[in-house]
Amino acid sequence: MTAFSLRRRLLLAPLAEHKGRSLLSVMAIALGVALGYAVQLINQVAVNEFSQAVRTLSGQADLEIRGQRSGFDESLYAVVARMPEVAVASPVLELDVRIVDKRESLKLMAVDVFRAAQVQPELVLADAGEALDFLRPDRIFLSQPASEWLNAKAGDMIGVQVGLSEVRLRVAGIVSGESLRQRVGVVDIGAAQWRLDRLGQINRIDLRLRPGADIDAFAARLQLPPGVVVERPEANIERSASMSRAYRVNLNVLALVALFTGGLLVFSTQALAVVRRRSQLALLRVLGMTGRQILAGLLAEALLVGAVGALIGIALGHVSAELVIRHLGADLGAGQFLGLRPEVRADPLGLTLFALLGIATAAAGSLAPAFEAARASAAQALRAGDEQRMFEHLQPVLPGVLVLTAAAILTQAPPVRGLPLYGYAAIACFLIGTIMLMPRLAVVFLRGVPRLPFAPARLAVAQLARAPGQAMVSLAAIVASVSLMVSMVIMVTSFRISLSGWLEHLLPADLYMRTGLHNEAAFLSPENQESIRAVPGVRRAAFLRTQQLLLAAGRPRVLLMARAIDRNDPQATIPLVGPHIVPKSGDPPPAWVSEAVADLYGYRVGTTVELPIGGQRARFTIAGTWRDYARQQGSVVMEREVYVRLTGDRNVNDGALWLDPGASVASVKEAIQARLPGGLNLEIAEPGQIMETSLRVFDRTFAVTYGLEAVAVVIGLFGLSSSFGALVLARRREFGMLRHVGMTRRQIGGMLAVEGALVSALGLATGIALGWLISMVLIHVVNRQSFHWSMELHLPWSTLGGFAAVMLGLAVLTALASGRRAMGEEAVRAVKEDW
Amino acid sequence: MLSVRNLSKTFSGPRSKIVLAGVGLDLRQGEYIAVMGESGSGKSTLLNLIAGLERPDSGSVALDGVDFTALDDDALTLLRRRNMGFVFQAFHVLPYLTVAQNVALPLMLTGVPDREMANRVEQMLDAVGLGGFADSMPRELSGGETQRVAIARALVHRPRLVLADEPTGNLDAESAAQVLELLRRRVKSEGAAAILVTHSQQAAATADRIYMLSGRGLKEMA
Repeated sequence: MTAFSLRRRLLLAPLAEHKGRSLLSVMAIALGVALGYAVQLINQVAVNEFSQAVRTLSGQADLEIRGQRSGFDESLYAVVARMPEVAVASPVLELDVRIVDKRESLKLMAVDVFRAAQVQPELVLADAGEALDFLRPDRIFLSQPASEWLNAKAGDMIGVQVGLSEVRLRVAGIVSGESLRQRVGVVDIGAAQWRLDRLGQINRIDLRLRPGADIDAFAARLQLPPGVVVERPEANIERSASMSRAYRVNLNVLALVALFTGGLLVFSTQALAVVRRRSQLALLRVLGMTGRQILAGLLAEALLVGAVGALIGIALGHVSAELVIRHLGADLGAGQFLGLRPEVRADPLGLTLFALLGIATAAAGSLAPAFEAARASAAQALRAGDEQRMFEHLQPVLPGVLVLTAAAILTQAPPVRGLPLYGYAAIACFLIGTIMLMPRLAVVFLRGVPRLPFAPARLAVAQLARAPGQAMVSLAAIVASVSLMVSMVIMVTSFRISLSGWLEHLLPADLYMRTGLHNEAAFLSPENQESIRAVPGVRRAAFLRTQQLLLAAGRPRVLLMARAIDRNDPQATIPLVGPHIVPKSGDPPPAWVSEAVADLYGYRVGTTVELPIGGQRARFTIAGTWRDYARQQGSVVMEREVYVRLTGDRNVNDGALWLDPGASVASVKEAIQARLPGGLNLEIAEPGQIMETSLRVFDRTFAVTYGLEAVAVVIGLFGLSSSFGALVLARRREFGMLRHVGMTRRQIGGMLAVEGALVSALGLATGIALGWLISMVLIHVVNRQSFHWSMELHLPWSTLGGFAAVMLGLAVLTALASGRRAMGEEAVRAVKEDW
Repeated sequence: MLSVRNLSKTFSGPRSKIVLAGVGLDLRQGEYIAVMGESGSGKSTLLNLIAGLERPDSGSVALDGVDFTALDDDALTLLRRRNMGFVFQAFHVLPYLTVAQNVALPLMLTGVPDREMANRVEQMLDAVGLGGFADSMPRELSGGETQRVAIARALVHRPRLVLADEPTGNLDAESAAQVLELLRRRVKSEGAAAILVTHSQQAAATADRIYMLSGRGLKEMA
């Protein structure tokens, strides 16, 4: 025996004495760390892959000149390429095109192979069958992922949709650049301009400057047409990453909820451990251990639990990330990282961060009980029956009220780099403040409980009323997890109903046509449009043209939608929010911006703005703001005739058809597909189908969040079970005395059931009320600042009622199961310990 | 060695109570005294004040001239660690440590080297008749045996003062007699002073002097 072995025993033995509870704490931390690390790993890996893909496509460029995806005049290339600072200028036509028989798109990079070899060499490194294949107009090179996706090797033919027609290309070879892990096809730029109907158009120029050239000064000197910007390649990476940042951060926060709940479980477990070991800790104080040494010992226990939990969590997180990516994809079904096949690699920084987070959470959960134990009077604690004193003391109200006040203030704070960080802090403060006030809430609640008809029930009420601190310890984890679950249920229900209403508003027609999602080479020509109008059964047709607008460097592109819309009654076409105006005669034509554009660019109703359309800065009056759930980066709606006047572009991408009464949807659909050359490439759907698909994607996206919340609820239930069990242990002398005076096991069980029901009812009621409050923050702050979406509040009463009933039942069963010991012989024997 | 002067303590609350009023006591090295009194007379409170576990409202406690009122909580704890041993009615041994580990606790806290610690624990266990129980767990022992462990723990670090609060309260008559005899013998052989708080005449009879604590103060009985 050595002093070291004795100290080690003092540390480990209390944990080993109650292995079940210690294991529970370890697993709660492990689960939280696993979820957080898995989400972090998935997001990190996906973004890194995406960034790597973008970097590969940028190659060694110092600057990129980018315009609208529809393209700008290629004469700009000649001007820029001759500038003295420019070493090499590589023109690019970059488009997402649909491959026939595939729903997802292929990124097509049309390049000048001689220029690209000097700027983006990865794109043109290939085992080509013949040397001139890079110049042939009917050849395409595929990246390895594209080749696998299309199941196409060198020599095979693939079809690219242009308009409604199909352009056949032969696979000439596989691009062998190792860093090209995206689905990419490479073609000659001249061939692409001709075959994709983009003559004279490019949409990007990659520049490598001469050594010693001042990049920023050169960029500042460039005279570029409207809608064309110059930026460093990193800006494109940042723009791409920012589009998914809010979604990724939201997932991270949800995962951290599980860790937070785990921390509360550690708090419950440690608080009750301190109660149970009160006299043991007092003995150590009497023998000469200082308060600081007691505090250090208890924190060391928590750190050990945290460290073991964190280690298990990291391993579990890594495995989970691999499984999720394999089965759900890197975007967890949200469609943010299409075409990527990331591989999970350990992230040392993320690993360290989440391991430390797990340890810190466990330590934080133990702080309050450890301080209480260090400050407790040893003399009092040595007296039997003193265990309950800890719960009798009511903490002052002020700290909890202050924390809640801080939460309310934080909800008014603006986003930080587009992220609702203050919103998240507000949610945390609402949670913590409410938990701090739980003892007071318990006292108020119990005062309202009527006098119950039988003695065990009255004993249960008396016990709870005397020890309100018990409510806080028992319920911390369950209040947190229930409130967060309820808030998500309310938010998601509100969102779904709002989304459904939004879709109904936007889909009034009988049929909808689309030339393809993410398909920039597809369109319906004016002839196609006339053919459709002439189909028997079609009463009215309205068409829509979309373009990607680049309003500012470093910002994601905004979608321009040119459509038929009555400027005097825009609400009939798009769901407006807030005030709207009708421009007066002589004012610039109207444009209606989405909430995201209004938030991100500050476009206010009534103001005049310039939009880069048709190679010019066209002036518009912001006539209103509309709700757009489909495009997080923003959209602008304008009248189609204004668009045609500015651009001369009469092609369209989408159409809506109203049918004659009695006309058959199936017949009209068949007729359209038969009449149009390439008509089978046109996607035609009824509004019901579109709604069903949209809501299915919505449900799939939120399935992961429900999963994360369910884990948190399970942790909360375990916390309730653990705390009930520990409380029963601490009160075993009391139960023994009750058995001695004649209370039957069944009556003690009844008493525990009533305690469990009362405590759980309080926890559920508090959790639901708090959940409503947090849902307000989610709806009006987090969602608004993250995604710029507004929605109406809808409370799912039946779901909430069912959830509450199930949770109450489970909690009562948990209390009974945990209190089994209280009804056994051990309780009777416990009375022999002195009072 | 121990000097208690004019000690007073009142417990506040809905019914505040004067527990001690003007209590005084002098204890010399090697003395073994008993303090008796009715329930609620303040015996345990007196012991807690002498141990530095509670602060008096007025008066002073000094051990070898060191006045407790001048010390903060940490200093009192260190003084207690080095100079005092405790025996309780409820034994208060840690259930998850072996008998030897329980006895070794004060030596660990005072930083005694490992070899010396092991030797002294072994000697003390032999002295209290538990030589073969070093690796046993407390739950395996009887009440009397457990109290012997507590006595061993109270004396292993050679304290100046031993405080025993109703050490035989939970024991049968035979065990109680054995424990009292052992306690006195070990205290005397270690050269410590001891205060035994009890309501038992038999227990008090083992002391050199007997005091009675009441509302009128602490009086030595003839």
